[in-house]
Amino acid sequence: MSAESSVTQPSYLESQGKYRGLLGWLLSTDHKRVAILYLVSMITFFFVGVSIGFVMRLVQLTPFHHLITAQTYNALFTLHGVVMIFLFVIPGLMAVFGNFVLPLSIGARDVAFPRLNLASWYFFIVGAIIAICSLFTGQGPPDTGWSFYAPYSIKTGTNISLAVFGVFVLGFSSMLTGINFIATIHRLRAPGMTFFRMPLFPWSLYATAWIQILATPVLAVTLLLVILERAFGIGVFDPAKGGDPLLYQHMFWIYSHPAVYIMILPAMGAISEILPTFAQRTIFGYKAIALSSLSIAIFGSLVWAHHMFTSGMSDFANLVFALLTMMVAVPSAIKVFNWVATLYKGSIDFQPPLLFALSFIFLFSIGGMTGVWQGALSVDVHLHDTYFIVGHFHYVMFGGTGFGFFAALLYWFPKMFGRMYPKRAIYVAWFPMFIGFNLLYFTMLVLGMQGMPRRYYTHLPVYHTAHVVATVGSWLLVGGLLHFFGTLGYAVFRGKKTVGNPWHGVTLEWQIPSPPPVENFEEIPTVTTGPYHFPEVAGT
Amino acid sequence: MNAQSHEAHHDAFGAKFGMWLFLVTEINLFGGLFIAYSYMRHKYPTEFHHAGAELNATLGVTNTIVLLTSSLTVVLAILALQEGKKVVAQSFLYATIGLAMVFLVIKAFEWTAKFHHGLYPGAPHLALQPHGEQVFFGLYFTMTGLHGIHVIVGLSVLAVVARMIGAGKITRERNITLDNAGLYWHLVDIIWIFLLPLFYLAA
Repeated sequence: MSAESSVTQPSYLESQGKYRGLLGWLLSTDHKRVAILYLVSMITFFFVGVSIGFVMRLVQLTPFHHLITAQTYNALFTLHGVVMIFLFVIPGLMAVFGNFVLPLSIGARDVAFPRLNLASWYFFIVGAIIAICSLFTGQGPPDTGWSFYAPYSIKTGTNISLAVFGVFVLGFSSMLTGINFIATIHRLRAPGMTFFRMPLFPWSLYATAWIQILATPVLAVTLLLVILERAFGIGVFDPAKGGDPLLYQHMFWIYSHPAVYIMILPAMGAISEILPTFAQRTIFGYKAIALSSLSIAIFGSLVWAHHMFTSGMSDFANLVFALLTMMVAVPSAIKVFNWVATLYKGSIDFQPPLLFALSFIFLFSIGGMTGVWQGALSVDVHLHDTYFIVGHFHYVMFGGTGFGFFAALLYWFPKMFGRMYPKRAIYVAWFPMFIGFNLLYFTMLVLGMQGMPRRYYTHLPVYHTAHVVATVGSWLLVGGLLHFFGTLGYAVFRGKKTVGNPWHGVTLEWQIPSPPPVENFEEIPTVTTGPYHFPEVAGT
Repeated sequence: MNAQSHEAHHDAFGAKFGMWLFLVTEINLFGGLFIAYSYMRHKYPTEFHHAGAELNATLGVTNTIVLLTSSLTVVLAILALQEGKKVVAQSFLYATIGLAMVFLVIKAFEWTAKFHHGLYPGAPHLALQPHGEQVFFGLYFTMTGLHGIHVIVGLSVLAVVARMIGAGKITRERNITLDNAGLYWHLVDIIWIFLLPLFYLAA
């Protein structure tokens, strides 16, 4: 199964199926092409979200001139949240790298239900289009924040119903992908690949897929209730009719807290692939990392009400959820320690993916630990609804999932396109990204500690200096991002052609040519060892 | 893109496994509503009792019998196909669809009666009732409505399946699509079995 033996098979990029050109992409059920569809659409939405965030930072730079109205600002942070969360980080690594790498890394020719897989992408696009249409139709763009809290979401005159329906449709995409991946992992592993011989990225996808299946329907029905509430006034969330807004919060977070693990788990899985490859040694604590994914999925589903400590729950409920919240930090810490231990005594080959993976560990650790603070009840009363929450959330979701996404993209880029990006340009992009990121979000942590409330379109003069620092950070960050994606966009077409396995990876996806042939494996491999079995190559 | 080789791969067990996973999502979809129901019933026990008395338990039980019978006919269709009796299988499927329609008609009569009594969300009459009763009818229409949509989807799926049997796309050997449609129908049935006591027998 060497890379040279199968060069005669055309790669998935060149091969012509039933349809040609653009249709060959839009109607292809090949998991690799579907992954690229997701990649392109998601990066587009990512930059929409980035632009909105960038504008919000500009507004905070000039809070006393009122560039935009408060109502516009409300719409901006709602859109930023909806676009980033539902169109980028939730599908994120799962849809792009899950689709591309999962079948390759378990030795399969495709996912279990290829047509359903393509349908998921269409659900994604239709949901996105509906959500975006809600901006330009009806009585103005949604202004509730991405969490659509009742009773405001059932009272506001803005176009909530359509936006919420868009998210409802996106939920189908997420659920169907989850079903597909679980079935794929159960049914299509190569002969000899037991669960504990499976690489850690599929493990993390497996845990994620279960959350998607179990939690997404609850969000779907909650959003349905919001629509019905607005259309017919069924009264479940409306206190004027005997309903309870707190019930909305519970039902919303029953999904939306596990959803942050949908966002972060695949990133953790990607990091668990990258570190052994660039340390050229087996991962430290393979089983611990694999099982910690599952326990994060389980514990993560039991902590939702820590978003509601100040909403008026009973003290006992607060106590229980605080305890569970602290507990979910344990499996996350297990991963971090195992990653760091993997590097110890490895023969480290420092490459761009490793740089971004290490950035992930650093930023995620800050994000994770600031999360534990908020789990402490008394601290949370002080920090709730401040910029501290915004800072924490972005450390986890952008520093974690975002940088994890970038690391995964850099790692699997040569596999996807058969080309290598100019590494120096990536290093150059990393500096402003990393420094700008910390300037922007660490400042937010400080601002929150000082009492700056979130979602305000202006601020008191006392906070101004810090806001200027954060805005300058956002310029660096956006500049770095543009350089990063510009470089990769260039490399897709003009990058230097690369060999099948530029990183000397040992998992199955690296044992076939890059870009992979349509059918992935000429012959389905038989697996006899664990996934990170590096040959003892002293001196290399 | 190489559709032939991808679809030539046929995994009946995998298809059924995927269907069960899908049913899990359906159960959790209704699960969210059951959470809302139990919370509200805990909050308004007496109002739920009074509001439940407004519903016609006889019609509710009749509909339960109709749906249970339709589950039986689906099973008979599956058994018939396993013995290769295409026409018998199709007839049982059409019987199921007929029963599903009977269910919907009875449901429509019930809803109409409620509309006449002014017991629907947004009705001036209902707005004068205690909070708990308003929430009860909000949930009643939401949950039976969502269930009704599932009945419509289910009978459409069964109609397609019956045609596929006629066209020879579902056969004695490749009957997984019929099996999965049957599973979906049983789910629709089971959800109703929970809805019956929660609403009609709440009094």
